[in-house]
Amino acid sequence: MEQRTTIDKSFKSEPYQINMGPQHPATHGVLNLLLTIDGEIIQKVEPDLGYIHRSIEKMCERDSYQQIVHLTDRMDYLSSNINNEAVCLVVENALELEVPERVKVIRTIIGELTRISSHCLWWGIMGMDVGALTTFFYGFRDRELINDIFEETCGARLTMNYNVPGGLMLDIHPNFIKRVKKFIAHFKTKIPEYDKLLTENIIFQKRTKGIGILTKEDAISFGASGPVARASGYSCDVRKYHPYSALDKVTFNEALRTEGDTFARYKVRIQELWESLSIVEQLIDNIPEGEHRVKTNAVIKLPKGEYYQKVETARGELGVYVISTGTKSPYRLKFRSPGFSNLSLLSHIAKGGKIGDLVAIMATIDLVIPDIDR
Amino acid sequence: MTNEALQGIISSWFPNPDADKVSEITENSDVEDGSEEQPEAQKSINHSLLEFIEEGSQFLNVLVQPEQFYALMSQLKTNEETCFDYLFCLSGVDWGEDLGVVYHLESTIHRHIIVVKVKTEDRENPNLDSVCDIWYTAEFHEREVFDFFGIKFNNHPNLKRLFLTEDWVGFPLRKDYVDEINMVIK
Repeated sequence: MEQRTTIDKSFKSEPYQINMGPQHPATHGVLNLLLTIDGEIIQKVEPDLGYIHRSIEKMCERDSYQQIVHLTDRMDYLSSNINNEAVCLVVENALELEVPERVKVIRTIIGELTRISSHCLWWGIMGMDVGALTTFFYGFRDRELINDIFEETCGARLTMNYNVPGGLMLDIHPNFIKRVKKFIAHFKTKIPEYDKLLTENIIFQKRTKGIGILTKEDAISFGASGPVARASGYSCDVRKYHPYSALDKVTFNEALRTEGDTFARYKVRIQELWESLSIVEQLIDNIPEGEHRVKTNAVIKLPKGEYYQKVETARGELGVYVISTGTKSPYRLKFRSPGFSNLSLLSHIAKGGKIGDLVAIMATIDLVIPDIDR
Repeated sequence: MTNEALQGIISSWFPNPDADKVSEITENSDVEDGSEEQPEAQKSINHSLLEFIEEGSQFLNVLVQPEQFYALMSQLKTNEETCFDYLFCLSGVDWGEDLGVVYHLESTIHRHIIVVKVKTEDRENPNLDSVCDIWYTAEFHEREVFDFFGIKFNNHPNLKRLFLTEDWVGFPLRKDYVDEINMVIK
């Protein structure tokens, strides 16, 4: 009876916990967030991971290097070509294998197209998360054109497996250059449309400006990378600092902003669309002639030692750390996934905001759950 | 900064009474079975504070004893000449007999990279110092290492399993882990 009287006396607010996910549409997959909230103010966000953990790192310890390439598609499925490239590069560097110029250029073109396609999807979802359903259809419409190009050349639309250690599985399709050029011309007219539709929308700006601010020091300490870090003024583009494939032959600007809020992360990705288009444009007319693959042994054995390769996926820095004992499988293989580090800062920047802000923040952190769970 | 310069600076933080013991080793003996046929010279160095290894890796490697580990890491971060402020990879490794953790560090100012390794022989109750307070990103990564390798990190604010369920038995990324139903062994 005593209890009841205290309730009657005052409506004191007290923190309580609710689950967001694993089936919540804004979590983009099976991510469960345990929110500690006071009213609608977030006090703490605790991610509960592992819903699609497949232990890819353990599987790699029994697989050959050619097989490992296939597993990387299933991590960050929106950057599959770049993930494949990372494993191929680490194997080629370890074997001191020089791949033909043609392969390098095609890899870079395909990688940048992957980035555009990933950002298109992100842009569609971003709008949808903050309540503008139209963007979803616009984003998917343009992404479809890239998927068609990939389908023709790689034979798949999502899990490409186009890169193999030593080069590319097959040469590009005869239509490839023509279709990419057509896409560039088309997409250049579409990005301004994106800006008109969403970027300049006042409701969208109110939902994103000044929300979820991440400082540069925190971004570095949390190991943030990709657009999330660059929106805080932290210059970290792997393509600039550790160029791989044909990226040392092209000129592009690193998209940087200093505000560190949700809107800045949004703008960085829009600018990256332009930069990626420019990279593809510089290379598409200059694909050198030559072989699309150098022969490797059917059983690849890396020399004893440790190898590390980092690449810039659409989400940030992907690292592949291989310890080899000289056998056909790695002794230990670790994937440093960009989403995992970017997720760890979510609680820090969402604290003090509303649940609606959290949805907008998560959209710009651009999480892909299989990349985090591995 | 070159690897030699880095090595000079880092060695100067840990003055060793027997200066000749801190020397460069030109053999990578990480993934070998530590028990068998180690050269005599190497054995004496194993007890020194720091061990620099360059062979077999594209970066400079430092092997540090668990007692000196935390002091080294906080120096690496705060010292102005090294300033390793970006911990970009933290991996647990089972080296057969030892369990250990590998830290990949980069400086966003000087753009040099170093790899720090720390090992423990205790497989029953492995214990290492946490670096959560130096780099925030370590909190999640250390939980992952605890989940897969069972290494406990002292002073970690929230050390519990990350991907696997709380009632999971064993640590799957250890080399001696067996699961006859779910693991396919070729």
